[in-house]
Amino acid sequence: MTTRDVRGGPSLLESDTVDGLVVDATVQRGPFQLEVEFAVRPGEILGVLGPNGAGKTTLLRMLAGLTAPTTGSIRLDDLMFADIEMGVFVPPERRPVGLLFQNYRLFPHLSVRDNVAFSPRCHGIERRSANAIAHDWLVRFGLADYAKRKPGELSGGQAQRVALARALAANPGLLLLDEPLSALDARTRLEVRAELRRHLAEFTGPTLIVTHDPLEAIMLTDRLLVLEDGRIVQQGTPASVARRPATNYVARLVGVNLYHGVRSGATAIALADGGTLVAAGFDETSPAGPAPLLVAVRPSAVVLHTSRPEHTSARNVWPGAVTGLEPLADRVRVEVAGAPGALVDVTPDAVADLRLAEGRSVWLSVKATEVDVYPDPAF
Amino acid sequence: MWRAGRSTRRAQPALSDSPRRGAPLFIVAPAAIGLAFLVLPLVALLVRAPWSGLPELLSDSQVLTALRLSLECATAATIVSLILGVPLAWVLARLRFPGLGLVRALVTLPLVLPPVVGGLALLLAFGRNGIFGRYLDDWFGITLPFTTAGVIVAETFVAMPFLVITVEGALRSADLGLEEAATTLGASRFTVFRRITLPLVGPSLLAGAVLCWARALGEFGATITFAGNFPGTTQTMPLAVYNALETDPEAAVALSLVLLVVAVAILAALRDRWLRGGWGP
Repeated sequence: MTTRDVRGGPSLLESDTVDGLVVDATVQRGPFQLEVEFAVRPGEILGVLGPNGAGKTTLLRMLAGLTAPTTGSIRLDDLMFADIEMGVFVPPERRPVGLLFQNYRLFPHLSVRDNVAFSPRCHGIERRSANAIAHDWLVRFGLADYAKRKPGELSGGQAQRVALARALAANPGLLLLDEPLSALDARTRLEVRAELRRHLAEFTGPTLIVTHDPLEAIMLTDRLLVLEDGRIVQQGTPASVARRPATNYVARLVGVNLYHGVRSGATAIALADGGTLVAAGFDETSPAGPAPLLVAVRPSAVVLHTSRPEHTSARNVWPGAVTGLEPLADRVRVEVAGAPGALVDVTPDAVADLRLAEGRSVWLSVKATEVDVYPDPAF
Repeated sequence: MWRAGRSTRRAQPALSDSPRRGAPLFIVAPAAIGLAFLVLPLVALLVRAPWSGLPELLSDSQVLTALRLSLECATAATIVSLILGVPLAWVLARLRFPGLGLVRALVTLPLVLPPVVGGLALLLAFGRNGIFGRYLDDWFGITLPFTTAGVIVAETFVAMPFLVITVEGALRSADLGLEEAATTLGASRFTVFRRITLPLVGPSLLAGAVLCWARALGEFGATITFAGNFPGTTQTMPLAVYNALETDPEAAVALSLVLLVVAVAILAALRDRWLRGGWGP
């Protein structure tokens, strides 16, 4: 099964000697089932990407012990968190896990310092030492001046730092962050993201960051795991996921044209939604015959013309009609209907020159070398 | 509860800004009568108070004894209510089990039960020949009826539901996420309860305790039925008022005045501090 390959191979999971987080578990909640099998090495930052309701938060809750797995096991280094078949379940308060909640969940009745000192106190450290530990963390996070404040008096970025300091003060072996930046406004987000990256780099255990922001995922993580409908649909480095998305969701997220199709000749792929694309060369793993393939084309690789291009090296030329224009930072993303439809990135100048507007008939062209073909991992 | 009501009204400026600001007579007239009905008796109490003889009446040792007994028993009943009532409120707010509705109804029953009936029920349960009382007497030599401990039992029976429903409401609306967060930080269930749950419901806990204390202080029916009316051991202020009314009406008025002052003080304290408390917006 190719799904095995997508998940990073079974050998890693079957070994008991691998350090880090090793998960092979399911959670059944009514009709929803989460079924995951993956590992995260010490010091590695894994991004968990997926649409709402994909089970991202359920996954974090399961790792933290707030939700019990229905079957399977969870292990961090040589500490078994849960092994349902063996009747092992370590409750959340006894797991060395730091969980940063989406809305931080700072204790409103405790000062910033007492929030951070909470975990050391819970672990039996006497008040003065716990306060000293909290102070160290607050200094490290540039929060020493806010020690006596209540969480209600902090800005969003400060609250996020306090929450992270509080989680790290517990000296966890595993760090879980649930949408760490989603509660912040856009400007604060930029600052906090850079800072978060720095703090995470100092953490030596495995880290999981749940997000639905692809930029956040690319900036903060070493590897991505895409979760859809309770299942892992893709794993890989942010760059490889962005280049070869495995599902429409990921493709939309990273802004790549993704087509489903089957091979229909030496170098041609018949697309499921109409049209044919020619690729320069097939990936060696691409099977011949009716095996489902995925075709990725970057929006910047597509060229728009106002009339049929006569003498061109592009192997793919087809007509379409503009259905929408969306300005991005330095260019305009043009939505074109056709067989196949495509997102095309052009400069604002080009929009003016070609008088691109909704309803305008255009021709599209793509060089065969820009057409990336790979097997559909869902099959 | 009261605060919420007031702030809702304040949050509707449209009401006062509307051109038809005058209230209709069919509302205002009964409202005025109702207000008068509630206030006039208290005014009468103030008017008829034997102000000149007040110091003498109140310095009577029997009065002071009754007052002290009242305060002590109400406080003891409140403490017992806190120890038993807060966990009971937690169970009602947090656990889901068959018969939960029935349990909640039973807990609030003393709120609506005539106190005399409560006292009689207590007598049948914990009286010397009561179904539990006889064993208390036989095995431990404990006698509750017609003792100071009996007063505390009667007051607790009547007043604890006030604490339970107040705290239950607060626990129900408390943010469970904070308790989860504490758990992931290594807090045991007891630590979560002590350092997160209780402080978060603190304002409601205080309000409930004060309501409970006030109810215990004014308790009459269950006390006189279960504990009797013995000066020095079971005669609390309300009982003393009742007694004095037959022998020395002026003293009864003076005693009532003291209870009125205590009641007003409680109300002022609740308004100013506790009902406005709370951590969130």
